[in-house]
Amino acid sequence: MKLHEYQSKRLFARYGIPIPDGDVATTPAEARQIAKRLGGPVVVKSQVLVGGRGKAGGIKLARTPDEAEALAEQILGMEIKGLPVRKVLVDQAADIQQEIYLGITVDRAARRPVMMASSEGGVEIEEVAKATPEKIVKVHVDPFLGLRDYQARQLALGIGLGREQFRPFSAIASGLYRTFVETDASLAEINPLVVQGDGSLLAVDGKIVLDDNALFRHPDLAEMRDLDEETEAEREARQAGLSYVSLDGEIGCMVNGAGLAMATMDLTKYYGGSPANFLDIGGGAKADKVAAALRIILSDPKVKAVLFNIFGGITRCDEVARGILTALEEVKPDVPMVARLVGTNEEEGRALLEASPYQLITASTLSEAAQKAVAAARGEV
Amino acid sequence: MSILVDKNTRLLVQGITGREGEFHARQMLAYGTQVVAGVTPGKGGQWAVDGQVPVFDTVAEAVEATGANTSVIYVPARFAPDAIYEAADAGISLIVCITEGIPVQDMIRVRAYLDQRDVRLVGPNCPGLLTPGEAKVGIMPGHIAMPGNVGVVSRSGTLTYEVVYAMTMRGIGQSTCIGIGGDPIIGTTFLDVLEMFEGDPLTDQVVLIGEIGGTDEERAADFIATRMSKPVVAFIAGRTAPPGKRMGHAGAIIEGGTGTAAEKIKALEAVGVPVAEYPEQIPDLLLAAR
Repeated sequence: MKLHEYQSKRLFARYGIPIPDGDVATTPAEARQIAKRLGGPVVVKSQVLVGGRGKAGGIKLARTPDEAEALAEQILGMEIKGLPVRKVLVDQAADIQQEIYLGITVDRAARRPVMMASSEGGVEIEEVAKATPEKIVKVHVDPFLGLRDYQARQLALGIGLGREQFRPFSAIASGLYRTFVETDASLAEINPLVVQGDGSLLAVDGKIVLDDNALFRHPDLAEMRDLDEETEAEREARQAGLSYVSLDGEIGCMVNGAGLAMATMDLTKYYGGSPANFLDIGGGAKADKVAAALRIILSDPKVKAVLFNIFGGITRCDEVARGILTALEEVKPDVPMVARLVGTNEEEGRALLEASPYQLITASTLSEAAQKAVAAARGEV
Repeated sequence: MSILVDKNTRLLVQGITGREGEFHARQMLAYGTQVVAGVTPGKGGQWAVDGQVPVFDTVAEAVEATGANTSVIYVPARFAPDAIYEAADAGISLIVCITEGIPVQDMIRVRAYLDQRDVRLVGPNCPGLLTPGEAKVGIMPGHIAMPGNVGVVSRSGTLTYEVVYAMTMRGIGQSTCIGIGGDPIIGTTFLDVLEMFEGDPLTDQVVLIGEIGGTDEERAADFIATRMSKPVVAFIAGRTAPPGKRMGHAGAIIEGGTGTAAEKIKALEAVGVPVAEYPEQIPDLLLAAR
C-alpha cells in the first residue's frame, strides 16, 4: 500500500525528521488560507500515487496566497497519468542549495534492509543506479542491531557531506530507519533531502510503501488508504482477499497460485490470445471468494472468455467448483467459460460442474484449456 | 534416494488442530509419512486426526516425547514467526513453513536468527516437499507424483504440481519435489537446493521453476555454470507480467527494471539451460537432455 507524500512526511515528522511547515487542501480557498498562514513563497503539490508529478506540471511555486489559490485551482482540476488530483499539499518553499537522496528498502539477495544515499537527489534512484551507480552509497542493516551511527556517518561521508552535517544527517537516517521498521514499510525514501542555505537539512519530498501483509498490526496506517485511488475491481478484490491485476487482453483468468496464474497468462499469449487480468484466488479458497473473483473478472467489459485453471493442493477442487456454481447463479455470464480442475478432490469438483445446468467447456491439460479459451474468445466454439 | 525428507522423517505438525493443519495431516498420514506429533498451544493431551496423532502444548515437549526431527507449520501469518522460532529452539533440524502472508520484516529477523543456528527453513509461503513413495511434508497432492530420478525445485506451489503432473503422465519420476516459496525472504534458495541435488546420487536431472522478481534465477544460472555437472532444464513464469505490479506472490514483482522473465531466461540459456515455453514442455526437454 502506497502512502501519499503528505502522509509519508507526517510519519517522518513523528520520528524526528524535519519537514517543511504545510498542510493539505482540497479546495483553492483552503490552499490560499494555508499559504496566508505560512507567509512567503509556497509550493503547491498534487497528491496522487504516481511518480513524475513535477514533469506533469503537478508541482508549482507560488509567491503569494493569490497565486497559491490560482495554482491550486489549476492543479486540482488535473489528471496525472490517468489519476484525478483531489488534494494538494501546500508547503513552505525551501531554500534549496543541494538535493540528496536517502532511502531504505529490503535487499532480497542480502536478506536485510539496505539504506542508500546519493548526492544526486531529486531524480528517481533507479535512474541514478543506471547512469551513475558509483554515486549511490549503501549500508546493510543488521535487524537485531538496527542502523548504527557509524553507518550513517559512512553514508554522509560517501555522499560528500561536511563534518558539521554528520550529526543532523545521522538523526535523519536513524529516524528514517525507525519509520521503516515501526511502520513495517517495504520502502521509505526522502527524495530530495535538501541542504538549505543555512546548512540545515529538510525532507522536502517523501514516499512510503507499506507491506500489505503487516497492515493487520497497524490499523492506524491501514486507515490511511486512499479509497479514491483504487478502481472498483481492485477494491472488491482487496476486500475479498484476492490478488488481482487488470491487464489489456480479452481472456479473463482465474487461477489458484501466483506462479500458475502467470504461466496461464503466458500460455494464452503463446496460443495467440492475451490475458485480461492476473487473478490468484490463493490457497484454500472458499466458495464465496471464488464467487467474488468471478464477479470481478466479468465486470471487465473487455473479457470475451473466462478460463478457470485450478490445480488443487491446499485448495480443494470441490470447494472451487461450488464457488463457480454459486457465482454463476448470481452473475449469469454471457461469455463462454473453460474450466480445468486437477488435484485434491478433483473428481468431486468435476462431478459438481458436470451435474450443473451451465455449459462449461472442460479441459484436462493446461495447454488444452488455454487453446480452448483462446478459440472461445474468438467466437470459434 | 532423495533430499531433505524420506521414509525416516519424523514429522511434527504445528497447528494440527486447525482446519488446514488437520486436513493435511490426514493426507500426509495417508501418503505414508510418519506424522509423530502435533502442537497446538492449549490443546496438549488431546489426540488429533481421529486419535492417530498426539497433541502437545509446546514443540519442546513434542520433540522430547516423540523424537520428531522435522516440523511443518500451518499456523496463521501473525503466529508463524513465533512457531518458527519455537521449532528452531526445540532442536528441529528442518522447518517447513506453509503459511502465506508473513510480514517481510518478520522474515528478515527470522532468517537472521536461523542463520546463527544449525537448522534449515523451507518457505514460507510454499507447498513443502514430496519425496514420491516415501514422504510428503506440506500440501502437494501426492497422487500426481511418482518415484524417479529428477529433482524439482520451484518458487511456486501449484505451478510445481502442473510440471510434476506433466512429468508423471510421461513416465518421468521425481527424486524430491521442493517448493521454496514465493516471498522476497525465504529460508532455502535455488542455490541451496541445486547443491543438494548435485550431491544426491539418485538425482540425475533437475527441473528449476522460477518466476519474475529478484535475481535468484540469475544466481542459479551462475551456480549451474560453475558448480553443477547434472543437466538442468527450466521454466520461468511471468513473460506477460507488467512492471511495477505485484503478481500475487510478495516476491513476484518487476522493480526498477530488474526481475523480468526475459532477463532470467537469457541468463539460463546463456549457460546452456533449456527453458520451456510452457510447463507441459518440460518432459520433452528432460527426455532430450538424457
